[in-house]
Amino acid sequence: MKLTTTILDAASAIALASVATAGSHMANEMTIVSWGGAYSASQQAAYHDPYIANSGIAIINDESSGDAVAKLRAMNEAGNVTWDLVDVEAADGMRLCDEGLAMEIDFDTQLAPGDDGSTATDDFGDMLVSDCFIPQIVFSTTFGYRTDMVPEGAAAPTDACAVFDLDTYPGNRALNKRPIGNMEWALLCDGVAIEDVYDTLETDEGIARAFAKLDTIKAVTRWWTAGAETPQLLADGEIFMGSTYNGRLFSVIAEQNQPVGMAWGYQMLDIDGWIIPTGLADDRLARTLDYVYFATDTQRLADQAKYISYGPARASSAPLVGDHATLGIPMAPHMPTDPANMTGAFVTNYLWWADYRDELDAKFQAWLAQ
Amino acid sequence: MSEPTTTATMQAADGTPLKVSLARALRRQKMRALLLIAPLLGFILLGFVFPIGQMLFRSVENDVVRDTLPTTIEALENWDSTSNEAPPEEVFAALAADLQVAVDTKAHTVLGRRLNFEYSGITTLFRKIGRDVEDWDLATDGPFAPRFEDSDDEWLDPDLWRAVLAYSDRYTSGYYLAAIDKTMVNGVIESRPADQSLHLMLFGRTAWMSVLICFCTLLLGYPIAFLLATLKARHANLLLILVLLPFWTSLLVRTSAWKVLLQEQGVINDLLVAIGLLADDGRLQLINNKLGVIIAMTHILLPFMILPLYSVMKTIPPSYVRAAKSLGATDWTAFWRVYFPQSVPGIGAGAILVFILAVGYYITPELVGGPSGSFISNRIAYQWSGAGNWGLVGALGAILLVAVLILYWVYDKIVGIDNVKLG
Repeated sequence: MKLTTTILDAASAIALASVATAGSHMANEMTIVSWGGAYSASQQAAYHDPYIANSGIAIINDESSGDAVAKLRAMNEAGNVTWDLVDVEAADGMRLCDEGLAMEIDFDTQLAPGDDGSTATDDFGDMLVSDCFIPQIVFSTTFGYRTDMVPEGAAAPTDACAVFDLDTYPGNRALNKRPIGNMEWALLCDGVAIEDVYDTLETDEGIARAFAKLDTIKAVTRWWTAGAETPQLLADGEIFMGSTYNGRLFSVIAEQNQPVGMAWGYQMLDIDGWIIPTGLADDRLARTLDYVYFATDTQRLADQAKYISYGPARASSAPLVGDHATLGIPMAPHMPTDPANMTGAFVTNYLWWADYRDELDAKFQAWLAQ
Repeated sequence: MSEPTTTATMQAADGTPLKVSLARALRRQKMRALLLIAPLLGFILLGFVFPIGQMLFRSVENDVVRDTLPTTIEALENWDSTSNEAPPEEVFAALAADLQVAVDTKAHTVLGRRLNFEYSGITTLFRKIGRDVEDWDLATDGPFAPRFEDSDDEWLDPDLWRAVLAYSDRYTSGYYLAAIDKTMVNGVIESRPADQSLHLMLFGRTAWMSVLICFCTLLLGYPIAFLLATLKARHANLLLILVLLPFWTSLLVRTSAWKVLLQEQGVINDLLVAIGLLADDGRLQLINNKLGVIIAMTHILLPFMILPLYSVMKTIPPSYVRAAKSLGATDWTAFWRVYFPQSVPGIGAGAILVFILAVGYYITPELVGGPSGSFISNRIAYQWSGAGNWGLVGALGAILLVAVLILYWVYDKIVGIDNVKLG
C-alpha cells in the first residue's frame, strides 16, 4: 500500500495550534483516499489546501481508490476502519452502499445548497445515483488518437466507432481490459441504438454480436488495466487510437504537447465522488461531514476544473468553470459535458452492470483468453 | 522419589538426584530454545498459518444465505425443487418476514451480491424488493406472492429459487466447483458453459509456462554456474556480481525495462528495422503475449537457478573429472557420466525454487502478458479487488496451494527431497 503523507508545511503548524481549541469536538486529522496522480493533485489544490487553511486540520492522502472496495471490506471485517473519506466511481459507491460499508447521506441537510439557491438534491439532480454516494465530477472514457498517424486523405476520427474501422485507420488499438464500455461501443458501432444496448446484452445473441464486433480488432488491440497506459502507448507511437479517461488525454495534449487528438463521439460518461465509511466515531464523522460540506459546494467543485478537465457534478458549478490554473486556457471545451463533445455520449448503466458484471466479466475474460 | 535415597543413586553436587537435575537442565535448555524461536514461531502462526487457515475457511463458508433468510429456507424444504413451478405462498410470506428484518442492517443487499455470483440479476431484485417490503404489514397484506411478482416477475422463476436452495447450507462446495469451471444444478455437478470457463485453462497455462520458464532458466543458467564454479576466484567473483546485480534490482524496474526493450516501437524492433532485417510495417510482436512473459520471467528468475547450481558445483571436486579423463573418457563422457550426476541436486533445488516462484507470479504477467499471457494469480487478484468474490479467491488459492504441495510430494518420491541441496 502506498501512503503518501502530504500534510501541513511548517507555516500552517501555527494555524493548527490556533484552531485546536475551536475544533476540539472534532478530530484534527483525517485520512482521505483517492486515485493519486493528477487527480489527487487537483483535489489537493481545489479542496484540501483551502480547507486546511481554514480549519488547520491535517489531511493524510492515501492513494488506494483502485482497491477501495476490497480494502474497505477487509478493514470492516477487522473492525478497524482507518479511512475517513473515500473517492470512488459510482459503481463502486453503489456496491459499498449495498454491502453496508458506506454511510447513507441526507443530501439536503448534509451538503451545501447550490449558490443559485437550489437545494443540493436539485443541484446534483440525476447524478445522485445511490443513497451513499456524493458526486464530485463527471468524467468520461473516450478515445484519443495520434494526429500524425492519420492516413493521408482520411478525415481525422471524431468518434469511438473509428476504433473498429481498420480500413480507414490501420494501426494498433488500446482498450480497457474489462467489458464495461467495450460491449456498449461494440454494439453502438454495429448499429444498435443506445436505448437498446442493455436489452441486447441480456441475450446470448447480443453478447455474441458484441464479441463478433470486438473480434475484428482483437488482433491489433492492447488491453490496459491502468488509465495511464493509453497515454503512454500513444506517446510511444505503439498505438494509433485508444480509450482512456478524458483527463489523461487532456494532460497528454495540453500539458505534454503530444500529437494526440480527441475523438469525443460516443464517449462513455461516468461519475466519481465520495463515500463515507460506516461506523466512524462521532468526532471523526463530524470532521468528515464538515469537510464534505465544504469540499462539495458550488465554488469548490468549479475550482477543481481549473486543474483537471473533469466536469463538476453540480449544475450550479458549470457557469463558474474558468481557465486552467497554469496554462491559462479556457477549460469549458475540454469538459466531457461541453455540448460540443456530447454527440452520442451515453451514461454507463450502473444498475444493469451491478447485475451482469460477474457473468459478463467471466465471458469477456474467457473471450480474451481464446 | 518417595523412597529414601540410597547411596547407589547418583547425585548432583547440590544433593538432588542426577536424573532430576539433568531433566531440569534439559527443560531449561528447551525453554530457552523455544524462547529464541518464539518470535519466528509467532510470526509464522500470525502471518502464515492464520491467513491460510482463513483463506481455506472462506472458500467453504456460506453463512449469509441461512443467516439472512432463516425462515424462508425452512419453508423452502417443502418445495419440490425439480418442479417447474414457483414455491408456494408460505415461502413468499416467510421471505417477506425475513426481508423486513434484513433491510435494517442491509443484509438483503449483501445477500443479493453473494447470490449474483450464481444468478445474474439478483442484486437488483433484492435492492428493489428491499424498498417495497418496508411498507408491508405482514399480518394483513398477504398473499405475498403477487406482491413479489409486482416488484419483479423473476421472483416466480424456479431457477432463482433453485439457486437460493443450492446455496442455503452453511458450508458450500460452490466456490470450489466454480474454481474448476463447474456448477451444481439440482444436486448434479455440471460443467459451466464454455464461454464462461476460464480457470482450468489458466491453471494449465500457469503450469506449463512455469515448466517452460524453469527449463529456460536451466538451459541458460547451467553454463553460467559451471563457469562460475570453475573460473579462478578473481574472475568468478566479477561474474557473480554480474549475476547478483540484476537480482538486487527491483522486480518492477526490470519488468518495465523489458517493456521498453520488447515493445513494437522498442529497442529490439528498432534495431532489427535499422539493420534491415525487418520491414517497418512487419515489426515483431514480442510483448503482451506468452513470449514476453517467458522472456521477462526467465531473466528475472535466472539467479534462483544459478545460485543453487553454483553452490552445488562448487563442492564437486575437479579431481573426479580428471580421473575420468585419465581413464580414457572423452570430454563429453567425463562431463555426462561423472560431473553432471553430481550436479543434479543443484538442478533439483533450482528447478523447484524457480517453478514454485513462477507458479505464483503476478506482476510480470500482469505487465507484459496481455490477455494471452496472464496467469491464474492475475485472475485471483481480479476476483479479490475487482469482483469481490472472496470465496472464489479462497478456493482458487487453495487449489494452487494443494497443487504445489502435490508437486512437492511427487518430486520427493522421484528425486528425493534429501537430494536437494542449496549448498
